[in-house]
Amino acid sequence: MTQKLVVIGNGMAGARTVEEILARDGDFTVTMFGDEPYGNYNRIMLSNLLAGVETEDGIFLNDLAWYRDNGITLNAGSKIERIDAQARMVYDAEGNGTPYDKLIIATGSYSWTPPIKGIHNPKRGYHQGVFAFRTLDDTRRMITYARRAERAVVIGGGLLGLEAARGLQNHVSHVTLLHAMGHLMNMQLDERAGEMLKASVESKLGIDVIVDAMTTEILGKDRVTGVKLADGTVIDCDVVVVAAGIRPNTEMVASSGLPVERGIVVDDQMRVQGQDDIYAVGECAQHRGDLYGLVAPLWDQAKVLADHITGRNPAAAYEGSKISTKLKVAGIDVASMGLREPESDADEVIVYNEPRKGIYKQLIIRDNVLVGATLVGDNRKAASLIQAFDRGLPLPEERAELIFDIGGVVEESPESMPDDAQVCNCNGVSKGAICGAVRSGCKTVSGVMDATRAGKGCGTCKPLVQRIVEWANGGEAEEDPAASWYVPGVPMPKPELMAAIRRYGLKSVSAVFDKLVPGGAHDAKSKMGLASLLRMMWGADYVDERDARFINDRVHGNIQKDGTFSVVPQMKGGVTTPAQLKRIAEVAEKYQVPMVKLTGGQRIDLLGIPKEKLPAIWADLDMPSGYAYAKSFRTVKTCVGSDFCRFGVGDSTALGIAIEERYQGLEGPGKMKLAVTGCPRNCAEAYVKDLGVVAIDGGKWEIYVGGAAGAHIRKGDLLATVDSAAEVITLTGRFLQYYRENANWLERTYAFVPRIGIDRIRQIVVDDADGIAAALDAAVEEAVQAYQDPWKERAEPATPGQFRTSLPLTVLPQVPVRA
Amino acid sequence: MKTLTPTVLGPITDIPLGEGRTYAVDGEMIAVFRLRDGSLRAVSAVCPHKGGPLADGQIDNRIVVCPLHLYAWDLATGCSQSGQPPISVYPVREDAGRILLGE
Repeated sequence: MTQKLVVIGNGMAGARTVEEILARDGDFTVTMFGDEPYGNYNRIMLSNLLAGVETEDGIFLNDLAWYRDNGITLNAGSKIERIDAQARMVYDAEGNGTPYDKLIIATGSYSWTPPIKGIHNPKRGYHQGVFAFRTLDDTRRMITYARRAERAVVIGGGLLGLEAARGLQNHVSHVTLLHAMGHLMNMQLDERAGEMLKASVESKLGIDVIVDAMTTEILGKDRVTGVKLADGTVIDCDVVVVAAGIRPNTEMVASSGLPVERGIVVDDQMRVQGQDDIYAVGECAQHRGDLYGLVAPLWDQAKVLADHITGRNPAAAYEGSKISTKLKVAGIDVASMGLREPESDADEVIVYNEPRKGIYKQLIIRDNVLVGATLVGDNRKAASLIQAFDRGLPLPEERAELIFDIGGVVEESPESMPDDAQVCNCNGVSKGAICGAVRSGCKTVSGVMDATRAGKGCGTCKPLVQRIVEWANGGEAEEDPAASWYVPGVPMPKPELMAAIRRYGLKSVSAVFDKLVPGGAHDAKSKMGLASLLRMMWGADYVDERDARFINDRVHGNIQKDGTFSVVPQMKGGVTTPAQLKRIAEVAEKYQVPMVKLTGGQRIDLLGIPKEKLPAIWADLDMPSGYAYAKSFRTVKTCVGSDFCRFGVGDSTALGIAIEERYQGLEGPGKMKLAVTGCPRNCAEAYVKDLGVVAIDGGKWEIYVGGAAGAHIRKGDLLATVDSAAEVITLTGRFLQYYRENANWLERTYAFVPRIGIDRIRQIVVDDADGIAAALDAAVEEAVQAYQDPWKERAEPATPGQFRTSLPLTVLPQVPVRA
Repeated sequence: MKTLTPTVLGPITDIPLGEGRTYAVDGEMIAVFRLRDGSLRAVSAVCPHKGGPLADGQIDNRIVVCPLHLYAWDLATGCSQSGQPPISVYPVREDAGRILLGE
């Protein structure tokens, strides 16, 4: 049955909550009450309106037509005076009652006025010439009045005061900013950052700033002539703007008998404490003791409230927000998150200070997690810091990487890029194309990536794509719920997914879709990831559905640009024999292989083989598969080692062969490329492999993990130094198994290792701190035992038409044949 | 949908569940898919992006993903989900255990 929903408050919180409810097809007739006689507008933009860079039309979020189109009754300019929770009624000033089934209170905040002599006029409210800076009407009146004024004083050196001061410069010739505390933005910034900001505001903007300035009196009788400070200083002015802070609007709610402390007390569903049908959201709400005055927490609250009230997800819970801000304050970049100052000696503090340029950066790190950061004058690292802060990501050993772009990688800013600048170099996607996708409705990073293919190649441009999407969205991309899922089509992160697969004994990909996806929808883009995961979990018990495999895994070859495939015979450790070479050469000649090429992994690649010829070629070769195609253990690259090399200190070749023999074909969330090198000269490039082994003098071996020399370049982290080849083989298996069980789909070790942290991985894999080493060893042993050469199935196709051509008749670009 | 003279392509068991196979009909290459819900879909076999063999792509009950660059098309309408030109769709159904292409 349609319920009556009443919303008190038509500001950003009230309207956003209604939008979220409508988006969930909530079955309500909605009535909204707003103090102000307008549709709802973006209060944050009032600064821009004052500064003349935005018009009134530009700041409205929903005009009156929106209310009409959505069947919402808007009572603009109507103030609710009382809530009768017992009778489920609200009453306006005239005593008119409106009944509700569900009530949402979104009354926001009012501008707080410090006790200053002369600030109020008994007849008019504020003294003529004194303005608050909170509503559209305030702003309109201020602009009208300031046209006749010459000098302005702004009381309050927080964010709003700074914005007001900057905006007033547009209307008067001189602005003085008074701040009662010792430094500007003292709620967000530490003292040094506040001083830096003051210096920039004075030198760059020409605004006079006085801190520790306690305003005691507004001077002037009929019109303002100045303000007086506690120390007797008089500052001449003819207009005063008060921006000294905000307080939640809770008076009406408290007098109606609902629980109010600093704000209206709500639970995790945003329900007013002790009430089943009354909610509060936004600046007026107090959640777990905290009040929030920024939009991001408000958006989160609105979503939870909407999920809960519409029954879409009755258990949705708001768990508080980590506060971070990234803005231009009066034209100067400022970002802040978490702690302003260290709280104990154990807190690690990193400070960079360049006063002449007005740049200040401070980080506070506790237990290797970012707990606070302040940036002034340079916000380029703000996005990555906010990410690290929000998600508690492990931080790089080189702390400097957090505040600088080291190694010449300059983080480009989306604003300054031309529209035709190519962002994704793999798929040729421009900044303009990304912005176009955002404009046509894609608000999430993954949505834009799907629509444009940007970031879907090697992936190195993903951070830039994210910044552009955020920028095009006006500062913030919408959160993508799927970002934490293991595969896009099953709404669960990896640990939950694995637990559910075990609980229900799901052994095939279609069983996972049928059981775990609401509505049982299958998803082509999730199949390969699920197949890999299930095979890892169930081993020989996995129920193989061929359609869940990518084409490469269906025919055991790598598909090429013209639809042909490439064949790579196994060549363990990169070592071959004349007989093998001869056979490969004979097969290549017999089948007129268009190109014979050595791969980066030291193997021979026969390129341009039509699908239908694959079984015959493999039969003639009669060699095991070299795994050049799957998300699996690929190859172990080696150097000559001790056999012939004058410098080799360890038998890298023998060890490389042994590792490849043992772990061949092992599936994983991503490719696993290994190398063993016989001395630190590192001819096999072991430092930049997923797992690299380096022989060092004294019969020891170093094991490096998480290296890469592909789309990303990273030197691996030293996992352990061991005394024997046997230990190398054991630790290799244990590390690979830990990676198999814990990495995200397609997450290579170069991302996985820093995400978990090498110290943590060493604790688990080497020191067995979690007591799971034996289980990891057993699991990888089981996988090793389950290995079968996929090419043994060549004689009898696994499915009808497994090797039937899918090639079109049209002539396609051919793999170039080189003489 | 394009019109074609009705043609029997062969037994439905020629196409494993959840996969596609290519057939040449009237000089055109057509990829026929057998969805996991048992129904059939037929689309042009060539990816309009770079000529990829769509029958080698992965499908679910709605879309096919080209194996070369992972662009996706709706199997019922031929519309691209990733900003590419649409592909042709053809009427196809099962008729007494055989694949019948065309009306």
